[in-house]
Amino acid sequence: MSAPMTTQVATPAVLSISNIYLLIGFLVMFLVVKTIQDRGHPKKWTTALFWFLFGSAFLFGDLSIKVLGPSITYQWVGFSVLAIALLAGLGKVSMGSYNVPTDEELKISANRLGNRLFIPAVMIPIVTVICTLLLSKVNIADVYLFDQRHVTLAALTLACGLALIIGWKITSGSPLLAVEESRRLVDSIGWAAILPQMLAMLGGVFIVAQTGTAIQDLVTLFISPDNRFMLVVLYCAGMALFTMIMGNAFAAFPVMTAGIAVPFLIQGHGASPAPLVAIGMYSGYCGTLMTPMAANFNIVPAALLDLKDKYQVIKVQIPTALTLLAINILLMYGVIFND
Amino acid sequence: MNELNLLPLIGIAVVVLGFALRFNPLLVVCVAGLVTGWAVDLAFLTLIETFGEKFMNSRQLASFLLILPVIALSERYGLQQRAKSWVASIKSATTARILSLYFVVRECSAALGLLSLAGQAQTVRPLLAPMALGAAANLHGELPKHIKDMISAHAAACDNIAVFFGEDIFIAFGAVLLMDAFLKENGIEGIEPLHIGLWAIPTAIAALIVHLFRLARLEAKISHQMQTHINSQSHKLNEELS
Repeated sequence: MSAPMTTQVATPAVLSISNIYLLIGFLVMFLVVKTIQDRGHPKKWTTALFWFLFGSAFLFGDLSIKVLGPSITYQWVGFSVLAIALLAGLGKVSMGSYNVPTDEELKISANRLGNRLFIPAVMIPIVTVICTLLLSKVNIADVYLFDQRHVTLAALTLACGLALIIGWKITSGSPLLAVEESRRLVDSIGWAAILPQMLAMLGGVFIVAQTGTAIQDLVTLFISPDNRFMLVVLYCAGMALFTMIMGNAFAAFPVMTAGIAVPFLIQGHGASPAPLVAIGMYSGYCGTLMTPMAANFNIVPAALLDLKDKYQVIKVQIPTALTLLAINILLMYGVIFND
Repeated sequence: MNELNLLPLIGIAVVVLGFALRFNPLLVVCVAGLVTGWAVDLAFLTLIETFGEKFMNSRQLASFLLILPVIALSERYGLQQRAKSWVASIKSATTARILSLYFVVRECSAALGLLSLAGQAQTVRPLLAPMALGAAANLHGELPKHIKDMISAHAAACDNIAVFFGEDIFIAFGAVLLMDAFLKENGIEGIEPLHIGLWAIPTAIAALIVHLFRLARLEAKISHQMQTHINSQSHKLNEELS
């Protein structure tokens, strides 16, 4: 079984999804060059290779499909993915060195610019929403401004461009400086930047392997597929529980959603997908609050704050987490069914 | 009903084990994919092709990279310093008020995509916890360790809960795009990330209400525990005197 591909006729667009991928590709490749030029970088070659492999899929992926065909393209991307995981797994990806202004300089600049500093960042979501609502159907001579299948992303790209220009005006730092500076952020996120994409990939493999069907079979052993409320409870509580085990709601999401939400709730009872997945993911986050497996959030702060009981942050979070899980269940039950 | 086949679930076991043993998540996920393919008898090259195809098809997840230059530029000109001095300028503070205000600001800024503006290491430890402790000490005098720990733990919890339940409102973050990619991959069309983001709002508001309610009761809890502490101290003192 392969994922159903809907080959809609792609209408030409200025901000088409392939152009957005090219943009991301150029951005990543620029960071690769900057990494190689970084003299103070302890692992510059392997870090650069990591991002180069990642960026290649964006810069050359669509071209490669056109020239070499999908099969070969997917193979080299697949091997790149393995190499990316190995580089990260062996600890070969690290932070470099950056020209950061001193604290004093930053404070002076912060005082000079005041709350105007918030404008560019605040602009991005606001402009994204406005553009999505107003500009989605704009087209000149049958060329759309936004990719019709990815309106929100196209709007986001436009918003980022505008915010960059406004930021340039406010701070007097050029867009090129902005891109250069973003290497610091990208490096501090590091391999985690790729994790969502890897998890989506694993979700895809699970679909091919029919993992969802296995879970589906397991579920039907315990719960009648007609019982809507119990299915919602099972999905939400399952998301929370599975997230507690895995320490990460992103990892739990594809499995639980493919196993319970899609077959029983969406296909079985015609549930509305957008609220279903949004609330489902939040149920997973309730699990994140209750597990030591999410060490960064729950165990590290206890150490940072010198707490006697290293589980105290979790204990403080449990009442809120459980209340929200209950609210999520009721909310989901209340909104996903249209009939 | 067909026979129960649990082999495809082996990948899940690998993920659980891998995360538990703290291997690098990218490696864990990759190995889980390989093992799953192997368990269901997929040819190696076909599996690699599947890897590549799924990876290519979820490239929209990387679109958050487009936001980083804007954030980086603002940070270069003192965004964090500005945010800090703004929070610090708020006077007439009690522990609950400080934590509540931080919660609101943090959840709203997370909803705007400003995740790296604060965090456990950047703001909770150097700023929020000391401010919350300072406000309590102003009111009650010297605090014993267990009350200090309770306040600090609440400060850490505030950051986590606010950022978790704020971030999914904004579309460019992993979670929302992961859901979007998942739906498209499963052949469910016509959902925009914006829809998913909008449906995050009710839970975000619920989180705000629930947690602010708990924080409102925190002040009374601190007073109560402080009272018990003082009573036990004076009790001890009396015993020693008599």
